[in-house]
Amino acid sequence: MSDVQNLQGRFVNIGERTNVAGSAKFRRLILEGDFEAGLQIAREQVENGAQIIDVNMDEAMLDAEAAMTRFLNLMAGEPDISRVPVMIDSSKWTVIEAGLRCVQGKPVVNSISLKEGETEFLEQARLIRRYGAAVVVMAFDEQGQAETAERKFVICERAYRLLTETVGLPPQDVIFDPNIFAVATGIAEHDDYARAFIEATKTIRARLPHAHVSGGVSNVSFSFRGNNPVREAMHSVFLYHAIAAGMDMGIVNAGQITVYEDIPAELRDAVEDVILNRRPEATERLLAIAEDYRGSGGERAKALDPAWRQEPVAKRLEHALVHGITDHIEADTEGARQQAARPLDVIEGPLMDGMNVVGDLFGAGKMFLPQVVKSARVMKKSVAHLLPYIEAEKTSESRSKGKIVMATVKGDVHDIGKNIVGVVLQCNNFEVVDLGVMVPCAKILETARAEDADMIGLSGLITPSLEEMCYVAGEMRREGFELPLLIGGATTSKVHTAVKIAPNYDGPVVHVTDASRAVGVAGKLASLEQRDAYAAEVRGDYARIAEGRAAGGAQRSQPTLAEARANKAALDWSGYRPPRPSFLGLRSFEDYDLEELIPRIDWRPFFAAWDLHGRFPEILEDAKVGEAAGMVYRDAQAMLARVVEERWLRPRAVIGFWPANARGDDIEVYAGEERAETLAVLHSLRQQMDRGDSGRPNLALADFVAPAESGLADYLGGFAVTAGPEVEARAAAFKAQQDDYGAILIQALGDRLAEAFAERMHERVRKELWGYAPEEALDNEALIAEAYRGIRPAPGYPACPDHTEKWTLFELLDAEAKAGIRLTESCAMTPASSVSGLYFAHPESRYFGLGRIQRDQVEDYARRKGRSLEEMERWLAPNLGYQPASRAA
Amino acid sequence: MTPTTERAARLEAAAEDRILVLDGAMGTMIQERRLGEADYRGEAFAAHPVDLKGNNDVLNLTAPEAIREIHLAYLEAGADILETNTFNATGISQAEYRLEDAAYEINRAGALLARQAAEAVEAKDPARPRFVAGVLGPTSRTASISPDVNDPGFRNVTFEGLATAYRRATEGLIDGGAEIIMVETIFDTLNARAALYALDEVFEDRGAALPVMVSGTITDLSGRTLSGQTPEAFWTSVSHVRPFSVGLNCALGAKELRAHVAELARTADTRISAHPNAGLPNQFGGYDETPEDMAAHLGAWARDGLVNLVGGCCGSTPDHIAAIADAVAGVAPRDVPQLPPLLRLSGLEAFALVQ
Repeated sequence: MSDVQNLQGRFVNIGERTNVAGSAKFRRLILEGDFEAGLQIAREQVENGAQIIDVNMDEAMLDAEAAMTRFLNLMAGEPDISRVPVMIDSSKWTVIEAGLRCVQGKPVVNSISLKEGETEFLEQARLIRRYGAAVVVMAFDEQGQAETAERKFVICERAYRLLTETVGLPPQDVIFDPNIFAVATGIAEHDDYARAFIEATKTIRARLPHAHVSGGVSNVSFSFRGNNPVREAMHSVFLYHAIAAGMDMGIVNAGQITVYEDIPAELRDAVEDVILNRRPEATERLLAIAEDYRGSGGERAKALDPAWRQEPVAKRLEHALVHGITDHIEADTEGARQQAARPLDVIEGPLMDGMNVVGDLFGAGKMFLPQVVKSARVMKKSVAHLLPYIEAEKTSESRSKGKIVMATVKGDVHDIGKNIVGVVLQCNNFEVVDLGVMVPCAKILETARAEDADMIGLSGLITPSLEEMCYVAGEMRREGFELPLLIGGATTSKVHTAVKIAPNYDGPVVHVTDASRAVGVAGKLASLEQRDAYAAEVRGDYARIAEGRAAGGAQRSQPTLAEARANKAALDWSGYRPPRPSFLGLRSFEDYDLEELIPRIDWRPFFAAWDLHGRFPEILEDAKVGEAAGMVYRDAQAMLARVVEERWLRPRAVIGFWPANARGDDIEVYAGEERAETLAVLHSLRQQMDRGDSGRPNLALADFVAPAESGLADYLGGFAVTAGPEVEARAAAFKAQQDDYGAILIQALGDRLAEAFAERMHERVRKELWGYAPEEALDNEALIAEAYRGIRPAPGYPACPDHTEKWTLFELLDAEAKAGIRLTESCAMTPASSVSGLYFAHPESRYFGLGRIQRDQVEDYARRKGRSLEEMERWLAPNLGYQPASRAA
Repeated sequence: MTPTTERAARLEAAAEDRILVLDGAMGTMIQERRLGEADYRGEAFAAHPVDLKGNNDVLNLTAPEAIREIHLAYLEAGADILETNTFNATGISQAEYRLEDAAYEINRAGALLARQAAEAVEAKDPARPRFVAGVLGPTSRTASISPDVNDPGFRNVTFEGLATAYRRATEGLIDGGAEIIMVETIFDTLNARAALYALDEVFEDRGAALPVMVSGTITDLSGRTLSGQTPEAFWTSVSHVRPFSVGLNCALGAKELRAHVAELARTADTRISAHPNAGLPNQFGGYDETPEDMAAHLGAWARDGLVNLVGGCCGSTPDHIAAIADAVAGVAPRDVPQLPPLLRLSGLEAFALVQ
């Protein structure tokens, strides 16, 4: 699988082989009238993962309108091709319109531009709206094609206004192609072309909301025709930077790209100089070394062989597996293969023996997750080497213990835990089909059926994912599935699984707490002898939990909302002078200094992600897990060094301060100091537990802001920070090299850096930006212990479990444009390594957990938010202290 | 274009307030009347060269009283929205009876009849408006499927041909007084896209848009349209007109249709309509589901928050509609969800560019 395909969901690759201008073979077939063979090319593209197919018939010898019509009509009869959308590609409007009349799906028009002026542009755009299509717009106007970043943006902005305001096309249906031209041509004016595209992309994504950026990548390397290694390096480097800048679609030939990480450093630097136009002599330097790489992969010198290298090959493989060493794995695998009768014997012999050693050590608590994941990396590389031989031999299928289809559910982007579980299962000889993140229910079930899976595993981190899991379980019942369903992820629990998920499905449903448990559970469910007994045992167990909860649920009486409000936090406002922030409105931070963040990392959750529990730094000395902790910590430090040195990540943030006052349980945010115009209303939820005579209040976040009736001019802050989209791109690159360990490591570090960034921004808010605690001096430990004034609670977390408050917060912060963070339909932040929340300055503000709330409050809350009770009950499901009227779909 | 008429505003308000009830089958009711060739011809087409029996739409001109009675029966049963008797009234379908030149008149008369009935009933109870949806049926041809097994690239109807026929029919419906246009029983989404294209043209020419209802047909239990689309892909293909509602009708009974309506309800950010058949056809081609059976299903959908408009298709009668109206009375309509602004495209399956 190529690097590009791994970025699926973030970057859409458009198949271009059905383009007479892009494929000599297709052109010949169409000219000969062999449309059947042309269809075969389309089919191969879809099978190879193209998510959209570009069809272009612009060829002087063809009646392009007739050819477009005929080809699209033929494609309509091929369900395995026409399942994906079409990109109707022509420079002639009449050909585009012929195409638009042939497709029942919603296609993309490629392309229109302002080349012939506004009248024609508007006329075509109106027709595109009428036909119901998305559109690619070239950065081309009456003056010609845009070459500089500034002009590219100016044209795109003009087109954007015309399309969204004059014509009424939805902005998300607009895709800009800001022209990728060849660089390193020897003409100085061309040197900045690639950089200009990347810069323009950044500006478009930041300032033209919801619009997309696409382009044909192979143009960029045109001057190195004939030298594929250099061309591939140029494509990879270009994409690496363009995708980080926001390019989210493109035409990339998967065979013409290499993994960014695999490019030899010397070549990569030279290419990067050219693409980013970093030095005037960049082209000369690349030309000087280009010949050295023609036809080579750039082999590195080998390290000296230590003692274990003298052992027989089976022992060497075992050593490599147990110690997670990949340096010699291909040579050793090849050695073992030559000794073995069949290539499969290598897997079933030395490799499985080695993995059994790993499994035993893991089971005995002598090896830990990070080490196991490293072992898996070695195993994967070895198997990858053997696969071609195995396929060539066409032996029977390998005897896996079972096949499991895994996915992070629709609306959720978090997958560290799922990746770890997947790797551990693979180590234990399960076959894992990992569908990635944000996977719709239908896709999961379809895959399970197509792959004839033995079980399905669902993962999710945020609370709305729990609802989606219930839905998937219900759909499994509806579609007559019987296979076991495993549930995992940070917000899932045995109780939720028992009470909410299991009743929707008749097959076994099992909650899996962590990776090490997953193997045992999957093993029992895959075993013919044990499956039924185990499923019955779990079902009985869950039924008892569900009954117990139903019985226990009704006992304690909770105060009404009115009673809880009467017991709100009684802050003394009379003596309080709210501090005024140093600025009002928004401030964004680009490419934040990583070295400022690294010392502020809270390492404990980092180790927890690897199932290593304990305080930091004591954990490094721990008798039991110290060795594993030390290893993963050293790897993390080494990676952090590269993160800084090679500028892997570009953290971004936006923070804002606004005049604000509380009104009841709501917080009104005002446009200006006169507090006349309400910009937005944030809604808080109030604790509704019985406080008895304890004297403790029923808190709501609104209690920490001066009420409007106090007459005090109070303020509220908000923030959204991200370690950057580069985390996922980097993780995908690692995965493409069979390196799940590196992928999980960078994701875990990304999460930690985002948290550290939030912590650092909060510190700056307290000391300088809001400035109410200029003298604060706390060390990192005290910071982690939250020994400071003011809080930064996040929607979706205990004080404010309603994720949908992020809609308001993100709008206030303009978070997508200012920090490149968006919300999925379940309100998960993407990139996943992001943190957002509110700032409260009052000295008595503190974190709390909302706990369970009653129907009277949810009704009141839904009314305040202008949403239906049922919708809010769905979002607040984990916090409901009552049984909502069921609305299962 | 966004509808701005006073009636459109009343429709919006009514849909906000309650689940609206569509009427039931027209064909089933006409069949019960056992009309003969002479009834179909009337005076107007007494000398027409081909038989007209079975051409239900021509009855708008030749037996208007029968159609008006059926409309009145549905209104009395509790329907909020009447569907005009114009399912096969496009020039393309009427060409089979050599009546393509009468298409405009049949549509205009169809809308006029329904409107007269609706106004009569509304006059008695002005607080409760009764609306007329002008029906554009699928026609007898498909734009994305070849009728010739030996040439999958062949088509016996074009997008332009469909758009022209739909444009003419729409002119008639609007001139006759239709307040909503309903593109229904869509089994090939390309036909529907041609209809929606034509509607946009007519609305622009007249400077006034009507609310549009779009309703597809899932033809078998695999959950796809005849032309192969999933419900979500179908919705993506028609969402550009920002319809008043999207839904499913015909082909299946309520029991079989539920999962597909639920799927649509999960993916569409507009109102959801459903008017299933009264069960699956029995061995005699009739429909067995009783008013109580059907009402029990649709009532459950309403309580589960799946729908905004319900009604009946083949096999349903005023008794069915009365039972359905009763079952959904007082139940809150589904909340229309807000979806994130993603680039959504479709082939046979839906695609979204996840950000």
